[in-house]
This record gives sequence, C-alpha cells and structure tokens, in this order.
Amino acid sequence: MHMTNRALNILFWAAPFLVILLLTAPLLAGLLGVAAPALGYFPTLGGLELTWDHLHKAMHVPGFWHSVHLSIWIGLATTLISFVIVVGFFAAFWDAPIFGKITRFISPLMSVPHAAAAFGFAFLFAPSGWLIRILSPWATGFDRPPDWLIINDPLGYALLAGLVLKEVPFLFLMCLTAASQINVDQRLKLARTLGYGRIWAWLTVVMPALYRQIRLPIFAVIAFSSSVVDVALILGPNLPPSLPVQILRWMNDPDIEMRFVAAAGAVFQLAATLVALLIWRLLEMLCSYLMRQMQTKGMRHQNDQILRGLFSGTMLTLVLISMASLIILGIWSLAGYWRFPEALPRSMNFSRWMENAPYFWGPTFNAIQIGIVATLISVGQTLICLENECRHNIRLTQKALRLIYLPLIVPQIAFISGISILLVRYGLDGSFWPVALMHVVFVFPYTYLALEASFHDLDPRYMQTAAALGKSQNRIFFQIKLPMLLRPILTALALGFAISVAQYLPTLLIGAGRVPTITTEAVALASGGDRRLIGIYALVQTLLPAVGFALALALPKLLYPNKIYFAKQREA
Amino acid sequence: MVEHSLHLKDLRISLGDELLFHLDAEIKAGEVLSVMGPSGSGKSTLLNAISGFLSPRFTCEGQILLDGQDVTHQDPSLRKIGLMFQDPLLFPHMSVEDNLLFALPRGGSKHERCEKVREKLRAVNLEELGPRDPLTLSGGQQSRIALMRLLLSNPRALLLDEPFSSLDVELRARVRQFVFAQARENRLPVLMVTHDQADAEAAGGPIINLLNHK
Repeated sequence: MHMTNRALNILFWAAPFLVILLLTAPLLAGLLGVAAPALGYFPTLGGLELTWDHLHKAMHVPGFWHSVHLSIWIGLATTLISFVIVVGFFAAFWDAPIFGKITRFISPLMSVPHAAAAFGFAFLFAPSGWLIRILSPWATGFDRPPDWLIINDPLGYALLAGLVLKEVPFLFLMCLTAASQINVDQRLKLARTLGYGRIWAWLTVVMPALYRQIRLPIFAVIAFSSSVVDVALILGPNLPPSLPVQILRWMNDPDIEMRFVAAAGAVFQLAATLVALLIWRLLEMLCSYLMRQMQTKGMRHQNDQILRGLFSGTMLTLVLISMASLIILGIWSLAGYWRFPEALPRSMNFSRWMENAPYFWGPTFNAIQIGIVATLISVGQTLICLENECRHNIRLTQKALRLIYLPLIVPQIAFISGISILLVRYGLDGSFWPVALMHVVFVFPYTYLALEASFHDLDPRYMQTAAALGKSQNRIFFQIKLPMLLRPILTALALGFAISVAQYLPTLLIGAGRVPTITTEAVALASGGDRRLIGIYALVQTLLPAVGFALALALPKLLYPNKIYFAKQREA
Repeated sequence: MVEHSLHLKDLRISLGDELLFHLDAEIKAGEVLSVMGPSGSGKSTLLNAISGFLSPRFTCEGQILLDGQDVTHQDPSLRKIGLMFQDPLLFPHMSVEDNLLFALPRGGSKHERCEKVREKLRAVNLEELGPRDPLTLSGGQQSRIALMRLLLSNPRALLLDEPFSSLDVELRARVRQFVFAQARENRLPVLMVTHDQADAEAAGGPIINLLNHK
C-alpha cells in the first residue's frame, strides 16, 4: 500500500516533465531529421557534406512555387472562410432556438474523419456526382457526365471547400467551449439594452474576449490546412499538387536521392506555414485597429436582418452538405448497377461489403488497436497532469497552453518526415509502438483541452470534505474525482479515439506502409476511383469514432444505473 | 466518551503585510464557538487554516492545538477535523450508504462495516435512506446524512461553514438543533462560521466578531 502510494506520488510529480518531453522531443527530433538531410547531411544515404544543392533543386522543380502559393492560399482562405461563417453564426443566432438545433448536428460532424468527409464531398460534387445526377437530365440536359474539372481543380477550390466543411465544426466547438468561459449573456444584454444590433453587439463586446480564447485553435487550423495531405490527395490539384503532397511524392520516389529534396521541401513547408501565420497576424492587427476605430463612433447597426439570413443560410447549407456526403457514401457502398443520370442505383445490397470484409477487417483492427492505446496513454497522462496542477495549485497560463498546441501548429509533414528518417536509420520504422506513440503526440493536446475545464470546475469542497474524512490525496483522486468526472473522461476518450483514427500522415510515414489502418487504406483508394469500395472504407472510417462517442454516452448509465448525477450531466 | 478540545493559541493570519485577524480561543468538548463578521473579514480563511486548506498565499503564525496536539501544519487528511459546508456535498456517484461507508475508518469485515453504518442511521431514524441516491433526498435529509457521514469518520472537532444557510427557515431550526445535539452527544468542540445572528444565538456558546480581532 505504502509502495503504491509512493509510486503514484512520484508519477504525479514527474508528469509535467513527461509531458514537456512528449510534446517537444518528437518535434525537435523531427525538425532535426528534416533540417540535416535538407542541408545534405545524412550519412546512411551517403550525404556527408553540407550543401544548399537540395534546397536549390527543390526550388527548381517545375511548378514548385505554385505549390508553395497553393499551400499558403489554402491555409489562409480555409481559415478565414470558416472563421467568418462560425463567428457570423454565433453573432447572429447566439440566443436563438436555431443555435441549439445546429449545435446538435455539429458535434457528430466534428467526429467524421477528414478523409471520409472529403470522399463524400467528391461523390456529391464531381461531374458524375449525386448533385448533377439529381439535376439531370431534366434541369441540365446532361445524359453523360459533363467534362468539368470540379474535383482536383488546379486552383484548389474543391480542396478549400472540403476543408471548410471540416474546419467549421471544429471552430464551432472551440467557440462554444470558449463562450462558456466568458460571460456572454451578460455582455450581450448590456450592449443590447444600449440599443446595439445583435451582430454588432456580439462583435464589439463578446468577440474581443472570445477571440483571445480561440486564437490557438485558429492557428492550428491555419497550420493544418496549409499542410494537409489526405484531403489534398482526394480533392486537391494534381499538376502541380499543393506542397505537402509534392513532398510526399518526393519521399516515395524510387530515386533515393529525392529523399534529400523531400527534406528540403519540408523546410519550405515550414516556411510556408509560418508565412500564412504571419499574414494572419497582420490581419488580426488590421481588424483590431478597424474595430477600435468603429466601436467608438456609436453606430448601433440594428438592421442586420439580411446578414443574419445570410449566415443562417450558409450554416444550414454546410450542415446539409455534410449530411448528404455521409448519405452518398452509404449509397455508393451498397450500390449495384447505377447508370449516370439516374438519381439512385437500380439495386442496393451488401455483396461488396461481404466480399471486402476480409480485406478491411485487418486495417480496421489496426486502427482500433492504435486508437485505444494512444487514447488511453493520452487521457491517463492528461489526468495525471491535471491532478498534479491541482495539488500544486497551478492553472496553465495562455503561454503554457501554447506548448500544448505546439504539435498542432507545426505542420505534420515538416517534422514527421524527419522522425521517419531517424526511425529508418535505427530500424524502428514500420512497427506498432512507434505509430501508437506518434499518435499520442497528436491526441494528447485534444484530450488535455477537453478535460482541463471540467477537471478544474469540479467543486473543490468535495475533495476537502473527503480529505477531512481522513482520505489521502491518491484515494480522493481515484474514488472521488475520477468517478465524478466519468462523463467528461469518457468524452475525452471518444474524442481522442476519433482523432487517432483520422490520422493519416503519422500512420503512413511512421508505419512505413507496414501498419495499414482503415484511414491509410481509404486514402490509398483515392486514385483508383472504385466508388463502391471507397464508400465502404470511408463509412467504416466514419463508424469507428461514432461507436466511440455512442459508448461514451451509454457507459455512465450502465456503470451507475439510477444515478441522477449522471443523467443530469447528459442534459447539460 | 473522550473529551476533545480545540485551542486556537495566539493565531495570527496575514496576507502579505496585512494582518487579517489575531485570535485566541479555546473551545471545550460540546461547546460551540460562533464566528461572525462581514464578508472579507477572513471567516473562510480561518476555517481553511484550521482544516488545513490554507492557500500558501497566507501566512499563519501561532498554533492550532487539537486535544493538546499541534496540528497547525499537519496534512488535512491526518487532522481528523470534520468539515460541514453550506451544501451537504454528498458524493453524487455513491448511494447514501456508500457515502457513509466511505467515511468509516478502515477495518472490520464488510458485514460489520455495513452494520455500523445502519446502526448510525437507525439511531437518528433515517435507516430507510441507505440505498437511496443522495440527490433524491430532501435538503434537510441531505444535511443530516452529511453530518452522519462526518461523525462516522470519528472526528476530534467540527467546523461548520454557514451550514444552514441553504435551508429554508422552518427546516433550519430543526437541522440546527439536530447538529448541535449530535455535537454535544459526541463531546466535540465546534467552530461555526455564520452571518446569521439566530444561528449564533441558537448555538448557545460564545460569539465573536472577527472585526474585533484585528
């Protein structure tokens, strides 16, 4: 008993150091693993001299600068559009009934993996997609798919749209969390009684406080969308592709020399994301200047009906498109013969599911295993960290939070490729544990952010009561805190699992293709174009996180039947 | 029955350079000391100091003696000082009986432990509440169970933090009588923080105002 208590205390004490190590070590190692070969130093491949050659070579590949532009533009445009849609909707409908209804749709949409959403989007909007099928031939006159380049268009609009579809739910939930931490209703009431219109009231009195809270998530969106690979492989331009896809191609080039060029490309990716972040910073400064100018003029902007209509229309369309994408994935996975302009297949059956079950079961099982391991480690680590903060009366500052967000703000491709190079060097690539641990790096920030508020919000008097009853801190942790936090912990587990299942690049690069998951297999199907098969894989990929969230909802009821406490939390 | 006592010996608590209060008081077994004072006068700080939850921002000089033993800097879980808040704070994920079992010190078979808990409930005519979800009890019932939970942990003193202010007037007097009677019966020194004159008078012990103890 004493021994375990001692061990637990040491664990709690060591937690912050472990986390800092977890968050920074892979990053530093990865960046080193990229920088060295980019500058020509990589003994295993015979690179022994420092040279600028590889950076030059990357720059002179045809279309290279176009790829760089694409990355910056996609990163900024995705973020800006998603941000405007989300903030506009919050401002226009915060206390309206439609807000609650939309919220109910948003959380499930957030858990749909990027790749699955992208496939659904492609199936909907491609020239032979569902939308044109429904409109043909009666409205469009087409009896063959038109020869339009909608998906994979050279300027990346399809990629942009597919990303917005996924980033809106993310930012929506981030805003929701942030809004619960500032006193939105009171601020709004104050401004509204002074005669300010809904939207303008929100922008002047709520936005400044809210923005401070969602700044890091926004940076994460910029970094993610400027360096995304899986969605870009499905929806993005081909010739030339966006920079991260180009880097991946170089990495897979049979010419081993191209590994150096790939590393050089990763350095440019880092720079491209940095440029996007800097431009956003300038935009921030411009907007805050304009806001300060305008808010002192006393304009009330009460006539915002048109704007409100616009925002509700956009949000509804977005939700509808997302739902339709999932439905069309389902239809294709079951489709029998389906001629072009017909709106539905002539027959639907499970034969393709049956045929392919032996093939997708392995990758699915891998994804589940990796997801469970990575999530358990992340949530365990999160809880230990939070308990440690509690014992020493610390609450992380905004600055410290930056460290937590670090793995989400540095582009994945820029440091994972470096880690994979190091792993190859030591013969550790292509096995289960490196992949699972790599996932922890990306899952931990989310589980931490998901649990932080509920952990600190737990009434401290419960713990004081238990301590006064003579219970040790470790016992209070296990017998009071963990059970009382059961619901948020399960939600964090489900969220972590969803994040892990959706990981494409870490799984592909660290696993060296030898740890296939449902996600890597689904994305690999993109070039093949077998829609029925893609439908099946994308649907399985979507179902995994959904099962996780369903379990998180159901378990408290099963573990603690008839406890009002857990039933009440569900309503909230 | 052991006679417990709580002695605040020359206790001075300050925040930075500012002295919050300077207190010297001895509470004998079964006696209630009522502490009053406006908000900000340091009532909850006093409770935190005695129970062991004083934030490190404060400095605490002097001694807190429990049965003559210095507990001023002891870990809160070792002090055996029972705490009762304005809210009963029964652990919502446990049944009433589990709450009481949680408080009972280690030792004895499962059967013996349950029997002890039931006996305690029977003594105050609440035995039918054992299997219930605490959140289904009335406010008065919850308060009484919270006190029973406290007493089962064999405390050496009781600290009451505005314990009756969430109850309505009628119930208030009944629960108050119940708590004081139990404290007397168990020969416990009680320190009660309140801003209600009626509570303080009902306690029947000395009343001090922290403002007079600067």
